[in-house]
Amino acid sequence: MSHSEAEIRKHVRVYITVFIALAVLTIATVLASYFHLPLKQAITLALFIASIKATLVAAYFMHLISENKVIHSILLLTGFFFLLLLLLPAMR
Amino acid sequence: MSDIAIKHISKPHPVTGVTNGKLGIWLFIASEIMLFGGLFSAYILLRTGSPSWPHGSSVLNVPLATLNTMLLITSSVTMVMAWASLALKNVGKFKFYLGLTILLACGFLIVKSFEYGTKFEHHHFPSTSTFYAVYFTLTGLHVLHVIGGIIVNAYYLFPGSKMWETNPEQFLCRIENAGLYWHFVDLVWIFLFPTLYLI
Repeated sequence: MSHSEAEIRKHVRVYITVFIALAVLTIATVLASYFHLPLKQAITLALFIASIKATLVAAYFMHLISENKVIHSILLLTGFFFLLLLLLPAMR
Repeated sequence: MSDIAIKHISKPHPVTGVTNGKLGIWLFIASEIMLFGGLFSAYILLRTGSPSWPHGSSVLNVPLATLNTMLLITSSVTMVMAWASLALKNVGKFKFYLGLTILLACGFLIVKSFEYGTKFEHHHFPSTSTFYAVYFTLTGLHVLHVIGGIIVNAYYLFPGSKMWETNPEQFLCRIENAGLYWHFVDLVWIFLFPTLYLI
Protein backbone atom coordinates (compact mmCIF):
# COMPACT_ATOMS: atom_id res chain seq x y z
CA MET A 1 0.00 0.00 0.00
CA SER A 2 1.44 3.37 -0.89
CA HIS A 3 0.28 6.29 1.19
CA SER A 4 1.29 9.90 1.33
CA GLU A 5 2.86 11.22 4.53
CA ALA A 6 -0.17 13.39 5.32
CA GLU A 7 -2.48 10.40 4.85
CA ILE A 8 -0.49 8.25 7.28
CA ARG A 9 -0.44 11.02 9.89
CA LYS A 10 -4.21 11.20 9.56
CA HIS A 11 -4.36 7.40 9.96
CA VAL A 12 -2.34 7.64 13.19
CA ARG A 13 -4.91 10.02 14.72
CA VAL A 14 -7.65 7.53 13.80
CA TYR A 15 -5.67 4.66 15.41
CA ILE A 16 -5.43 6.57 18.70
CA THR A 17 -9.18 7.34 18.64
CA VAL A 18 -9.99 3.67 17.92
CA PHE A 19 -7.69 2.59 20.75
CA ILE A 20 -9.52 4.86 23.23
CA ALA A 21 -12.88 3.54 21.99
CA LEU A 22 -11.69 -0.08 22.43
CA ALA A 23 -10.51 0.63 25.99
CA VAL A 24 -13.80 2.35 26.91
CA LEU A 25 -15.87 -0.50 25.42
CA THR A 26 -13.79 -3.08 27.33
CA ILE A 27 -14.50 -1.29 30.61
CA ALA A 28 -18.19 -0.97 29.63
CA THR A 29 -18.57 -4.70 28.95
CA VAL A 30 -16.88 -5.61 32.26
CA LEU A 31 -19.04 -3.14 34.23
CA ALA A 32 -22.20 -4.44 32.49
CA SER A 33 -21.34 -7.98 33.64
CA TYR A 34 -21.50 -6.84 37.30
CA PHE A 35 -25.21 -6.03 36.88
CA HIS A 36 -25.92 -9.78 36.52
CA LEU A 37 -28.55 -9.30 33.81
CA PRO A 38 -30.69 -12.30 32.82
CA LEU A 39 -28.58 -14.66 30.65
CA LYS A 40 -30.28 -13.79 27.35
CA GLN A 41 -29.80 -10.03 27.78
CA ALA A 42 -26.26 -10.53 29.13
CA ILE A 43 -25.27 -12.60 26.06
CA THR A 44 -26.87 -10.10 23.67
CA LEU A 45 -25.15 -7.11 25.31
CA ALA A 46 -21.73 -8.83 25.55
CA LEU A 47 -21.85 -9.95 21.90
CA PHE A 48 -23.12 -6.53 20.79
CA ILE A 49 -20.18 -4.73 22.44
CA ALA A 50 -17.71 -7.39 21.20
CA SER A 51 -19.04 -6.93 17.65
CA ILE A 52 -18.51 -3.16 17.78
CA LYS A 53 -14.96 -3.71 19.04
CA ALA A 54 -14.27 -6.33 16.35
CA THR A 55 -15.64 -4.02 13.64
CA LEU A 56 -13.38 -1.19 14.82
CA VAL A 57 -10.29 -3.44 14.76
CA ALA A 58 -11.15 -4.96 11.36
CA ALA A 59 -12.15 -1.66 9.72
CA TYR A 60 -9.32 0.57 10.96
CA PHE A 61 -6.36 -1.51 12.22
CA MET A 62 -6.77 -4.10 9.44
CA HIS A 63 -7.62 -1.35 6.90
CA LEU A 64 -10.74 -3.20 5.71
CA ILE A 65 -12.52 0.13 5.27
CA SER A 66 -10.26 0.93 2.31
CA GLU A 67 -9.43 -2.61 1.23
CA ASN A 68 -9.66 -4.16 -2.23
CA LYS A 69 -12.87 -5.96 -3.28
CA VAL A 70 -11.05 -9.32 -3.64
CA ILE A 71 -10.38 -9.29 0.11
CA HIS A 72 -13.98 -8.23 0.82
CA SER A 73 -15.33 -11.12 -1.28
CA ILE A 74 -13.10 -13.66 0.49
CA LEU A 75 -14.32 -12.38 3.86
CA LEU A 76 -17.97 -12.31 2.78
CA LEU A 77 -17.74 -15.96 1.73
CA THR A 78 -15.92 -16.87 4.95
CA GLY A 79 -18.46 -14.91 6.99
CA PHE A 80 -21.31 -16.88 5.41
CA PHE A 81 -19.76 -20.25 6.30
CA PHE A 82 -18.75 -18.97 9.75
CA LEU A 83 -22.37 -18.04 10.51
CA LEU A 84 -23.49 -21.43 9.15
CA LEU A 85 -21.07 -23.09 11.61
CA LEU A 86 -22.47 -21.06 14.52
CA LEU A 87 -26.05 -21.92 13.53
CA LEU A 88 -25.28 -25.66 13.27
CA PRO A 89 -25.97 -26.30 16.99
CA ALA A 90 -29.47 -24.83 16.53
CA MET A 91 -30.33 -27.25 13.68
CA ARG A 92 -31.91 -30.46 14.85
CA MET B 1 17.81 -14.71 -10.13
CA SER B 2 15.28 -12.20 -11.44
CA ASP B 3 13.71 -14.92 -13.62
CA ILE B 4 12.84 -17.11 -10.66
CA ALA B 5 11.96 -14.29 -8.24
CA ILE B 6 8.43 -14.40 -6.90
CA LYS B 7 6.37 -11.70 -8.57
CA HIS B 8 3.83 -9.25 -7.14
CA ILE B 9 5.12 -9.28 -3.58
CA SER B 10 5.52 -5.55 -3.20
CA LYS B 11 3.35 -4.33 -6.10
CA PRO B 12 -0.33 -5.33 -6.47
CA HIS B 13 -1.09 -8.22 -8.80
CA PRO B 14 -2.89 -6.88 -11.93
CA VAL B 15 -5.73 -9.41 -11.57
CA THR B 16 -6.42 -9.33 -7.83
CA GLY B 17 -5.38 -5.73 -7.18
CA VAL B 18 -3.50 -6.75 -4.02
CA THR B 19 -0.01 -8.13 -3.40
CA ASN B 20 0.28 -11.92 -3.34
CA GLY B 21 1.45 -11.74 0.26
CA LYS B 22 -1.65 -9.87 1.35
CA LEU B 23 -3.94 -12.26 -0.54
CA GLY B 24 -2.12 -15.14 1.15
CA ILE B 25 -2.42 -13.75 4.68
CA TRP B 26 -6.15 -13.00 4.19
CA LEU B 27 -6.76 -16.56 2.93
CA PHE B 28 -4.91 -17.81 5.99
CA ILE B 29 -7.05 -15.59 8.25
CA ALA B 30 -10.16 -16.94 6.47
CA SER B 31 -9.08 -20.50 7.37
CA GLU B 32 -8.41 -19.34 10.94
CA ILE B 33 -11.92 -17.88 11.16
CA MET B 34 -13.27 -21.33 10.26
CA LEU B 35 -10.97 -23.03 12.80
CA PHE B 36 -12.11 -20.81 15.67
CA GLY B 37 -15.67 -20.88 14.26
CA GLY B 38 -15.77 -24.66 14.63
CA LEU B 39 -14.64 -24.40 18.24
CA PHE B 40 -17.12 -21.60 19.03
CA SER B 41 -19.83 -23.76 17.46
CA ALA B 42 -18.78 -26.68 19.70
CA TYR B 43 -18.89 -24.31 22.71
CA ILE B 44 -22.48 -23.23 21.87
CA LEU B 45 -23.55 -26.87 21.38
CA LEU B 46 -21.94 -28.05 24.64
CA ARG B 47 -23.27 -25.10 26.64
CA THR B 48 -26.85 -25.28 25.36
CA GLY B 49 -26.87 -29.07 25.79
CA SER B 50 -25.53 -28.95 29.34
CA PRO B 51 -28.01 -29.04 32.29
CA SER B 52 -25.89 -26.51 34.21
CA TRP B 53 -23.07 -24.18 33.23
CA PRO B 54 -21.03 -21.97 35.58
CA HIS B 55 -21.09 -18.19 35.12
CA GLY B 56 -17.62 -17.30 33.81
CA SER B 57 -16.95 -14.70 36.51
CA SER B 58 -17.73 -17.18 39.31
CA VAL B 59 -14.90 -19.53 38.28
CA LEU B 60 -12.49 -17.38 36.27
CA ASN B 61 -10.44 -14.30 37.21
CA VAL B 62 -12.18 -11.37 35.48
CA PRO B 63 -9.74 -8.60 36.64
CA LEU B 64 -6.74 -10.54 35.25
CA ALA B 65 -8.59 -11.21 31.98
CA THR B 66 -9.54 -7.50 31.75
CA LEU B 67 -5.87 -6.61 32.20
CA ASN B 68 -5.01 -9.09 29.43
CA THR B 69 -7.65 -7.56 27.15
CA MET B 70 -6.07 -4.14 27.69
CA LEU B 71 -2.57 -5.55 27.00
CA LEU B 72 -3.72 -7.13 23.73
CA ILE B 73 -5.66 -4.05 22.57
CA THR B 74 -2.61 -1.87 23.32
CA SER B 75 -0.36 -4.30 21.44
CA SER B 76 -2.68 -4.05 18.45
CA VAL B 77 -2.36 -0.27 18.39
CA THR B 78 1.45 -0.43 18.82
CA MET B 79 1.57 -2.93 15.92
CA VAL B 80 -0.31 -0.60 13.60
CA MET B 81 1.88 2.30 14.81
CA ALA B 82 4.95 0.21 13.91
CA TRP B 83 3.60 -0.13 10.37
CA ALA B 84 2.77 3.60 10.17
CA SER B 85 6.26 4.54 11.44
CA LEU B 86 7.86 2.33 8.81
CA ALA B 87 5.62 3.81 6.11
CA LEU B 88 6.94 7.21 7.25
CA LYS B 89 10.49 5.75 6.92
CA ASN B 90 11.20 6.19 10.64
CA VAL B 91 13.02 2.92 11.40
CA GLY B 92 13.86 3.88 14.98
CA LYS B 93 10.21 4.43 15.85
CA PHE B 94 9.23 1.28 13.95
CA LYS B 95 11.60 -0.81 16.08
CA PHE B 96 10.36 0.87 19.25
CA TYR B 97 6.70 0.10 18.49
CA LEU B 98 7.37 -3.45 17.25
CA GLY B 99 9.47 -4.14 20.36
CA LEU B 100 6.65 -2.77 22.51
CA THR B 101 4.16 -5.03 20.69
CA ILE B 102 6.32 -8.07 21.52
CA LEU B 103 6.69 -7.00 25.17
CA LEU B 104 2.92 -6.50 25.54
CA ALA B 105 2.34 -9.93 23.99
CA CYS B 106 4.81 -11.44 26.48
CA GLY B 107 2.92 -9.62 29.25
CA PHE B 108 -0.26 -11.29 28.01
CA LEU B 109 1.43 -14.71 28.24
CA ILE B 110 2.74 -14.01 31.76
CA VAL B 111 -0.74 -13.02 33.01
CA LYS B 112 -2.21 -16.07 31.27
CA SER B 113 0.37 -18.35 32.91
CA PHE B 114 -0.67 -16.98 36.34
CA GLU B 115 -4.29 -17.75 35.46
CA TYR B 116 -3.45 -21.28 34.30
CA GLY B 117 -1.16 -21.80 37.31
CA THR B 118 -3.93 -20.95 39.78
CA LYS B 119 -6.31 -23.29 37.95
CA PHE B 120 -3.81 -26.18 38.09
CA GLU B 121 -3.11 -25.47 41.79
CA HIS B 122 -6.82 -25.93 42.45
CA HIS B 123 -6.75 -29.14 40.38
CA HIS B 124 -8.83 -27.65 37.60
CA PHE B 125 -7.78 -29.36 34.37
CA PRO B 126 -9.38 -29.73 30.92
CA SER B 127 -10.72 -33.11 32.10
CA THR B 128 -12.36 -31.57 35.20
CA SER B 129 -15.57 -30.47 33.46
CA THR B 130 -16.99 -29.57 30.06
CA PHE B 131 -16.60 -25.89 31.02
CA TYR B 132 -12.88 -26.28 31.70
CA ALA B 133 -12.43 -28.40 28.54
CA VAL B 134 -13.91 -25.56 26.48
CA TYR B 135 -11.98 -22.90 28.44
CA PHE B 136 -8.58 -24.58 28.08
CA THR B 137 -9.10 -25.56 24.41
CA LEU B 138 -10.17 -22.08 23.28
CA THR B 139 -7.69 -20.05 25.38
CA GLY B 140 -4.90 -22.62 24.76
CA LEU B 141 -5.29 -22.39 20.99
CA HIS B 142 -5.35 -18.59 21.29
CA VAL B 143 -2.15 -18.66 23.40
CA LEU B 144 -0.46 -20.71 20.64
CA HIS B 145 -1.44 -17.96 18.20
CA VAL B 146 0.04 -15.30 20.51
CA ILE B 147 3.31 -17.29 20.69
CA GLY B 148 3.31 -17.57 16.88
CA GLY B 149 2.84 -13.80 16.58
CA ILE B 150 5.73 -13.14 19.00
CA ILE B 151 8.05 -15.38 16.93
CA VAL B 152 7.12 -13.68 13.63
CA ASN B 153 7.40 -10.16 15.09
CA ALA B 154 10.72 -10.95 16.80
CA TYR B 155 12.05 -12.19 13.46
CA TYR B 156 11.05 -8.92 11.77
CA LEU B 157 12.49 -6.86 14.64
CA PHE B 158 15.93 -8.52 14.53
CA PRO B 159 17.25 -10.63 11.59
CA GLY B 160 14.32 -9.92 9.24
CA SER B 161 14.73 -6.13 9.48
CA LYS B 162 17.85 -6.34 7.24
CA MET B 163 15.42 -6.41 4.33
CA TRP B 164 14.68 -2.71 4.97
CA GLU B 165 18.15 -1.95 3.49
CA THR B 166 17.74 -4.11 0.39
CA ASN B 167 14.00 -4.06 -0.37
CA PRO B 168 12.09 -1.53 1.77
CA GLU B 169 8.83 -1.88 -0.20
CA GLN B 170 8.64 -5.63 0.36
CA PHE B 171 9.60 -5.23 4.03
CA LEU B 172 6.76 -2.72 4.53
CA CYS B 173 4.35 -5.26 2.97
CA ARG B 174 5.69 -7.96 5.31
CA ILE B 175 5.06 -5.75 8.35
CA GLU B 176 1.55 -4.95 7.12
CA ASN B 177 0.83 -8.68 6.73
CA ALA B 178 2.33 -9.52 10.14
CA GLY B 179 0.07 -6.77 11.51
CA LEU B 180 -3.03 -8.27 9.86
CA TYR B 181 -2.30 -11.58 11.60
CA TRP B 182 -1.66 -9.86 14.93
CA HIS B 183 -4.93 -7.87 14.75
CA PHE B 184 -6.74 -11.14 14.03
CA VAL B 185 -5.27 -12.64 17.22
CA ASP B 186 -6.60 -9.56 19.07
CA LEU B 187 -9.98 -9.98 17.35
CA VAL B 188 -10.32 -13.59 18.55
CA TRP B 189 -9.63 -12.48 22.13
CA ILE B 190 -12.27 -9.72 21.80
CA PHE B 191 -14.85 -12.55 21.45
CA LEU B 192 -13.21 -15.05 23.82
CA PHE B 193 -13.10 -12.59 26.73
CA PRO B 194 -16.85 -11.87 27.06
CA THR B 195 -18.06 -15.33 26.02
CA LEU B 196 -15.84 -17.22 28.49
CA TYR B 197 -15.41 -14.75 31.38
CA LEU B 198 -18.47 -12.50 31.44
CA ILE B 199 -21.51 -14.66 30.62
